Amino acid sequence: MNFSVLIVVLASMTLFSYWFGMKRAIQVSGGVSEIKNMSSLPQQFGSLTALYCGLPSLVLLIAWSLFEPELIRYLLIKTLPLEIQALSNIDIGLYLNDIYLQASNPITADTVLNVKTQAAIQLQQLQTKAAFLQTGLIISCSVFFVTLITRRFQSKFPARNRAENIIKLVFLLCSIVAVLTTIGIVMSVLMESIKFFSAVSPIDFLFGTQWSPQIAMRSDQVGSSGAFGAVPLFTGTLLITFIAMIIAAPVGLMTAIYLSQYASPKLRGIAKPMLEILAGIPTVVYGFFAALTVAPFIREMGESIGLSVASESALAAGVVMAVMIIPFVSSLSDDALNAVPKALKEGSLAIGATESESIVKVLLPAALPGIVGALLLAVSRAIGETMIVVMAAGMAANLSANPLDAVTTVTVQIVTLLTGDQEFNSPKTSAAFALALMLFISTLALNIIALKVIRKYREQYD
Amino acid sequence: MKQTKTSKSLITSSIEKSLKKRHAKEFRFKLMGRMAIGFGFLMLVILIFDIASKAMPAFYQHHLKIDVEYNKEWLEIALDEQGNFAEEALNRANYRSMIRNSLYQMFPEVKGRKDKKSLLQLLSSNVEFDLRDQLLKNPALIGTKHSIWLLADGDVDSYLKSNATIGEKNGRINAKQALWVQSLSENEKIKASANYLFFTNSDSRDPELAGIKGALVGTLLTMLVTLAISFPIGLATAIYLEEFAPKNRWTDIIEININNLAAVPSIVFGLLGLAVIINLFGLPRSASLVGGIVLSLMTLPTIIIASRASIKAVPISIKEAATGLGASKMQVTLGHVVPIAMPGILTGTIIGIAQALGETAPLLMIGMVAFIVDVPSGFTDAATVMPVQIFLWADSPEQGFLAKTSAAIFVLLVVLFMITFSATLLRKKFENKVNK
Repeated sequence: MNFSVLIVVLASMTLFSYWFGMKRAIQVSGGVSEIKNMSSLPQQFGSLTALYCGLPSLVLLIAWSLFEPELIRYLLIKTLPLEIQALSNIDIGLYLNDIYLQASNPITADTVLNVKTQAAIQLQQLQTKAAFLQTGLIISCSVFFVTLITRRFQSKFPARNRAENIIKLVFLLCSIVAVLTTIGIVMSVLMESIKFFSAVSPIDFLFGTQWSPQIAMRSDQVGSSGAFGAVPLFTGTLLITFIAMIIAAPVGLMTAIYLSQYASPKLRGIAKPMLEILAGIPTVVYGFFAALTVAPFIREMGESIGLSVASESALAAGVVMAVMIIPFVSSLSDDALNAVPKALKEGSLAIGATESESIVKVLLPAALPGIVGALLLAVSRAIGETMIVVMAAGMAANLSANPLDAVTTVTVQIVTLLTGDQEFNSPKTSAAFALALMLFISTLALNIIALKVIRKYREQYD
Repeated sequence: MKQTKTSKSLITSSIEKSLKKRHAKEFRFKLMGRMAIGFGFLMLVILIFDIASKAMPAFYQHHLKIDVEYNKEWLEIALDEQGNFAEEALNRANYRSMIRNSLYQMFPEVKGRKDKKSLLQLLSSNVEFDLRDQLLKNPALIGTKHSIWLLADGDVDSYLKSNATIGEKNGRINAKQALWVQSLSENEKIKASANYLFFTNSDSRDPELAGIKGALVGTLLTMLVTLAISFPIGLATAIYLEEFAPKNRWTDIIEININNLAAVPSIVFGLLGLAVIINLFGLPRSASLVGGIVLSLMTLPTIIIASRASIKAVPISIKEAATGLGASKMQVTLGHVVPIAMPGILTGTIIGIAQALGETAPLLMIGMVAFIVDVPSGFTDAATVMPVQIFLWADSPEQGFLAKTSAAIFVLLVVLFMITFSATLLRKKFENKVNK
């Protein structure tokens, strides 16, 4: 039985066990008239039974589905002749692919029986056996747990307390998913990076200025320098982020100021949805816009003046990234400005300052920690942005501060290294994880600093 | 006395003089604010206009009216014993030669192998299958001659769309083909009709045949997985953190982790998916299941934060009233607090799903970047999603794909707009309810 059928079976068994638990509890207490003497309602006995039926089996089902493919693969390899088992990982992988392909079609009696076909038959048998075992285990597991708990049912059994404790435990485990995710991210990125740093020294990586990650497949291959100096990537990222922030910070801030201080409700009713729409546009769309409209436009403008503009200039990517960040800066600054008590601005107006003077000299300094935090968060968002730069910025690592040149960023290189064709274990692929480690550390650091700045320098007004 | 009067008037006059400057500064400041909003507005309008105008050509396609003769010899089929055509024979008939010969009949002046090949290239490569389907439905057509509207090739289509009058720059078709096209249009044998193939076909190498059906189905499957995983786990986490968590170090760690996850770049989640889900657990690459798991990890912080906010907003009086009547903490939470907070929770979930809908980078990492032609039928089939499809098509140099990419973006934006609009409606309804 496949996964979805099993889920349906499990769900119906859980519903049945709810009803069964209810009936059993009533029966054990001596009939419907005794419900008032029970320590929990029959529905709660039912819920407890349903939990005992559903939860262990669900865990078993998920664990089985996760680990079954690898286990079957392992067992299948064991049945192959010894010389095939001794092949390298890639070759075994290819060999197994053939077997799996054969096994997905029904094998008739008159097919030629070679090693692969025999292995395919073996695979089919293993899969059928595994499916039966899975179904049998899950059903028997449910039945076991239901029997376990309903045996102990009696009138004064604290079913409600048990059920509620189980639910609380489930909630707690769900909360730990976030922690597990962080651990997973850190572990996976860290382990691959360690592999990388054992092949390329960290000093070369962090301070080298030559980035051309071509690893020689053969010793005589041309163009295989294998330099992994990441400085051009860092400067490229910083250049595009700088361009984006130069545009987005003033525009976003002024938008927030105008909307919160000056704008009529009608204007606010138009501008806020517009900002929400800008914020909701997928970054692919921005990247498409940047690559096919903004970049050629900038190129034409530049060449008509006489400058030499690359077709994938950093300026194009920066401008479009600015448009993406503007709603972000604007809404965070808006929160920061609204957190300042009105009394400050009104006091400044009362002594005769104009509105712009009150804003610039009183409101902004008061809201400054929040605004600085907002800008830092925007920078962190710009550094981690991928799609706009993949589509609009170049791939050649260029150590340049000229916004009209093509530069590449950390995220572009991660995508290029992992969606190209190379094996998974070469330093080239681990380089992507090392870059991801840098990205993760820097965005995390920026966020922590932003939060600290906001908390530490925030004035307590009331 | 006199001195204070002059010094006072001196002060007021100097203040009055600077007043003009200060008012000018005020005006400039307000102008900057208006320009900032105008900039955002302008960029949005340019973006939408640009996409819409580029997308327009993708929604209609040109068809050529070809006199097709269902000639038995051309089809290379024969009657069987009962005197009709077996289905297998119809399947295997040579439709290409039938089209070829029909075209040569239409343009008898065309000679030479190269020219004849160019003539055949006026039609889309899919035309043989359309004719086969027609013949399978109605085998009595054999021996008859009909004028049928057949799909034009992508290059002919772009040529017709890019020129106001036929005969100017030829684009990718050669001069002879341009002449034939012109003669067809003079005889009113060219028409442009709505492009339904865009919604019923999957990806293809030919721009005139490419459609988004596979990507739409893939997006639907992925979103289902994302919703199924992130909604329960996010809601459970929010309930736990708001109602049940003790104020100790472990709770702080959980909260810090959630806030950090909200700020991690999306591409790192893709790497997590690649390293753990694909390599450690061996789930198939490019499956919507894996994409759904990765996206649900990304959506979790959004759902958790929104749910916590709406649970917090439930009035304490309700909780106290329920407790006063004898309900346990879990009964209060599940039976009263969560139902009241549900509109806010759903709004947050819808917004989270809308964000996940537009994500590309993590899905690229787990391998959804392949050329998928079949519509995925299950959660473990290789699939692609709309944003990745847009990304793949944006790289194609053909003119037809430019329009298709813009049209796909248009469809995606419409879907996103509808989802966000429904979330806003829900939020307004929720606000009205609470304020009552």
